[in-house]
Amino acid sequence: MAGAAGGQRVPAIELRGISKAFGPVQANRDISLTVMPGTIHGIVGENGAGKSTLMSILYGFYKADTGEIRIAGRPIQIPDSQAAIRAGIGMVFQHFKLVEPFTVLENVILGVEDGRLLRPSLARARGELTRLAADYELHVDPDARIEDLGVGMKQRVEILKALYRQADILILDEPTGVLTPAEADHLFRILENLRSQGKTIILITHKLREIMAITDTVSVMRRGQMVATVATAQTSPGELAELMVGRKVLLHLDKKPAAPGRNVLEVKNLRVTDIDGVERLKGVSLTVRAGEILGIAGVAGNGQSQLLGVLGGTLPASGIVRIEGQAIDLGARNAGQARRAAGIAHVPEDRQREGLVMEFLAWENMIFGYHHDPACQRNRALMDNAAIRAMTAERMEHFDVRPPDPDLQARNFSGGNQQKIVLAREIERNPALLIVGQPTRGVDIGAIEFIHQRLIALRDAGAAILLVSVELDEILSLSDRIAVMFDGRIMGERRPEETDEKDLGLMMAGMRGKAA
Amino acid sequence: MREAMPKWADLVLIPLVSLVLAFALSALVILAIGEDPVAAVRMMVSGALGSTYGWGYTLYYATNFIFTGLAVAVAFQARLFNIGGEGQAMLGGLGVALICLSLPWPHWALALPAAALGAALFGAAWAAIPAWLQATRGSHVVITTIMFNFIAAAVLNYLLVNVMRPIGAMDPATAKFPPGTHLPSLHDLLAPFGFAFSRAAPANITFLIAIAACVLVWLILWRTRLGYEIRAYGHSEPAAIYAGIKPVRIVMAAMLISGALAGLMAVNNVMGEAERLVLNAVEGAGFIGIAVALMGRSHPFGVFLAALLFGFLYQGGAELALWTDIPREMIVVIQALVILFTGALDNMVRMPLERLFLALRRGRA
Repeated sequence: MAGAAGGQRVPAIELRGISKAFGPVQANRDISLTVMPGTIHGIVGENGAGKSTLMSILYGFYKADTGEIRIAGRPIQIPDSQAAIRAGIGMVFQHFKLVEPFTVLENVILGVEDGRLLRPSLARARGELTRLAADYELHVDPDARIEDLGVGMKQRVEILKALYRQADILILDEPTGVLTPAEADHLFRILENLRSQGKTIILITHKLREIMAITDTVSVMRRGQMVATVATAQTSPGELAELMVGRKVLLHLDKKPAAPGRNVLEVKNLRVTDIDGVERLKGVSLTVRAGEILGIAGVAGNGQSQLLGVLGGTLPASGIVRIEGQAIDLGARNAGQARRAAGIAHVPEDRQREGLVMEFLAWENMIFGYHHDPACQRNRALMDNAAIRAMTAERMEHFDVRPPDPDLQARNFSGGNQQKIVLAREIERNPALLIVGQPTRGVDIGAIEFIHQRLIALRDAGAAILLVSVELDEILSLSDRIAVMFDGRIMGERRPEETDEKDLGLMMAGMRGKAA
Repeated sequence: MREAMPKWADLVLIPLVSLVLAFALSALVILAIGEDPVAAVRMMVSGALGSTYGWGYTLYYATNFIFTGLAVAVAFQARLFNIGGEGQAMLGGLGVALICLSLPWPHWALALPAAALGAALFGAAWAAIPAWLQATRGSHVVITTIMFNFIAAAVLNYLLVNVMRPIGAMDPATAKFPPGTHLPSLHDLLAPFGFAFSRAAPANITFLIAIAACVLVWLILWRTRLGYEIRAYGHSEPAAIYAGIKPVRIVMAAMLISGALAGLMAVNNVMGEAERLVLNAVEGAGFIGIAVALMGRSHPFGVFLAALLFGFLYQGGAELALWTDIPREMIVVIQALVILFTGALDNMVRMPLERLFLALRRGRA
C-alpha cells in the first residue's frame, strides 16, 4: 500500500452526523465517515442508497440538514462548489461537464482564468498540464478539441481540471461505467499514482470487483445510512453485497445449458447511417436461435443502440432481417407496431426515456406499445381501462413489483421496479424474440437477481433473446454466445466458457482478441 | 416515494390560494388609483352574477372561453402550443356564415348541426396547415399559428369588405342570417320550465354544446386509444416512437381537434349572438383560451371552471367600466394578475403549501 497515511493521523475528510431529507424522503441519515489522507476510499451501495446525495453535500450542491464537515481537521461550511474547490475538493462526474467545441486547455482554465486576457492563463495552464502529465501518467494533447476525444480521454481532462484547481481530494462518481476494461485499468494506474503522491480519493461505484482491486477501505451505504466501513483487505465481494442489500445474494447464476432450436432472428449486412451521414452500423450479421441468449458486448456507443433501434422499429436501415424466416421491412420509420406484430418484444436501453411514460400510471404503461391489442378495447371507440387495470395488478404480482399499485405513476417506482414493469409488459407476451438493452442499468442488486432469473426462464421457455449490455459480468453470466461490437461491426464471437474479460476487452477496443 | 401533497390540494387548494392572492393584489392596485376595492368587487359580482341578465352575459363569454380553452388544452396534451385559436375561431365564423347564408334553413335544429360542422371544419382546416408544417418540416407551431392569426384577420377583412358585404351596406359584415338559423337563447330554453331568464342576454343553446364538448374531450383524451397516444406523445416523444406511435399522425390529430374546437366557438358568437359575421368577431377569446387552459391544468373540467371565472371577470369588468370611474384597462390588469398567479407563479404557492403539508404529516406521525 504505497504512501498510505505515513504517520499523519489527521483525517483528510471527516463527516459527522450528516442528515439530509428531500421532502418525505430521508436521503442521508446520521452519516459519519472518516477518510485518511493518501488513501483510496470506496463507497458502495444500491441505487438510491444515498451515495450521490452524500457526495453532493460534500461538493456543495446540497446543504445538509444537520451535521458537520471537517477537511484536514478543520470544520468548514461548503455552501457551493466554489467553496468545495477552495477546500481542495475536486469532483469527476459520471456525465462529464466539458465544453465540447473547446480545446482541452480551454476547458481546464474555464472558470479559473487569471485575468481579462486569456493568453497568460493558457500559457500557465500549458506548463502545469505538462507537469501533471509527467507526474501522474495523465497524458492528453492540450490542443485537442474535446469533441474529438474518446470517453477515456475526456475523463482524464476532468481529472486534470480538478488537479489544476489544486484538489487534494478527488471524488469519482462511477468512473468506469463508460470505459473499456483496458481504459479502466489505465484509470486505476492513474489513481494509484495520485495516491502515492498523497492525494485522497473517494471512489463511488457499484462494481464490487473494482472496490476489491483498488481501494484501501470501503464504506457500504444502505437506505440512506452508513452500514459499515471496513478495510478492503479484510472483506469479500460476497460480504459487501450482503451488506448492500441487507440479505444474502447469489452473485453467480445457476442455469442449465442452452438447448438452441431453429433460427428465430437472422440479420444480414445491416447498415445504418445517422442524420449526420455517419455510418453507425457497418454491415452487421448475426443469428439468434430459439432457446438461447446472444449477448452483445461492447463499450457504449459502438452501434449497439442502433442495432436495438433497427430491430425495435425506431430506426430505418438497409440489409436483411428475418424473423422466423419472414423478412421484415427495414425502410419504414416508426415501425414499432409492425415489429411487435412480428413477435419482437423490446426492453429498451433507457427505460425512463423510451420504455415508460414517466407521467403515466402503471396500468397505462403496462400496455404501452400494445395498446392496439383487442384485449385493451371495450368496444370500437373506448379502451377497457378496468380490464387493463386488472391485468396490470396480476402482472405486478408475477413480477414482484413494489408497491403493487396499478394507479401509481411510473416515476414513483424505484429504478428496479420500473424495469420490472417494462419486463412484465414485454415478457408476458411470450415473444418469439426479446431484445433487451442494459436490463439492469440503475437497478439494485436484489432486482438484478430477479431480472436475470426471468430472462433465463424466458430462454428456457424457448424464446430467442438478444442481450445488449455494457456490463461484462452480465454478458458473461447470462449469454450462451457472446458477440463483441466495435465501431459498428461485430468483431468476433465467443462462447462464455472459452473467453474471459481480457479477451473480450481486447475485442471491445477494436483488436481481434486471442486467436479463436 | 410518497406525494408531498394530497391530490385535492394540488387540484383545488393551489388554484384557490393563487386566485385569492391575485384578487388581493388587484385590490391593492384599485386602492392605488384611489378607488374602493370593496365597492368594485360588489359591482363586479352584482353585474356578472346578480341578475339573469348578468348571468346571461357571463355564460355567453364562458361558452366562448370553454371552446378556445379546450382547443389549447387538447393541443397541449400533445405538448403543442396552439396560439392560433383566434384565427381558427375567425375561420370558424366564416364556415358558420357560409352555411347559414347558403340555404333557406327551415329550422334552427337543422341549421345548428350543419353550422357546427362548418365551424369545426373551417377551424380544423386553418389549424391543418401549421400542423402539417410542424409535423413534417419541424416549423414551430407557436410561430406559424401566430402568423396564421394575422392571415386569418386579413382574409376575413378581404372577404367581408369585397365579397360577402351585401350591396349597399356600409359596414364590413355579412347580411343578417335568415330567421331559420336563429338559435334559442337561454330565455327560450328555460321559459317552458317557468323560469324567467333575461330575454336580452346573449347566452344560448351553444352553452350546452360547450358542456358536451368538455365531456367529449375528456372521453377522447382518457378513454380512447387516440387520446392515450396523444398524451403519451405529449409526455415523451422518444417513448412514443419506441411504442410505434407515429408523431405525424399525433400532431395532425391533436391540432385538427384543437382547431375544430376553436372553430366551434363561432356557433356561439356568430350564429348565436351576432347572427351575422362581423369583423373582429372573436374579440380576443382565442388568447383568453390560453389562460383558461393554463389555469384549468389542460383538463376539460378545469377548463370549464376557469372559463366560468374568466366569463365572470369579463362581464364583471364590463359593468365596472360602465358604472364606475375604474377604467376598462383595470380589468385587463386583474385578468393578467389571475393568469400570472394561477399559471406562471404556480410554484410560488405550491412550495410553501408542500412544506406545510409535510410539517403537518410529521406532526401527526
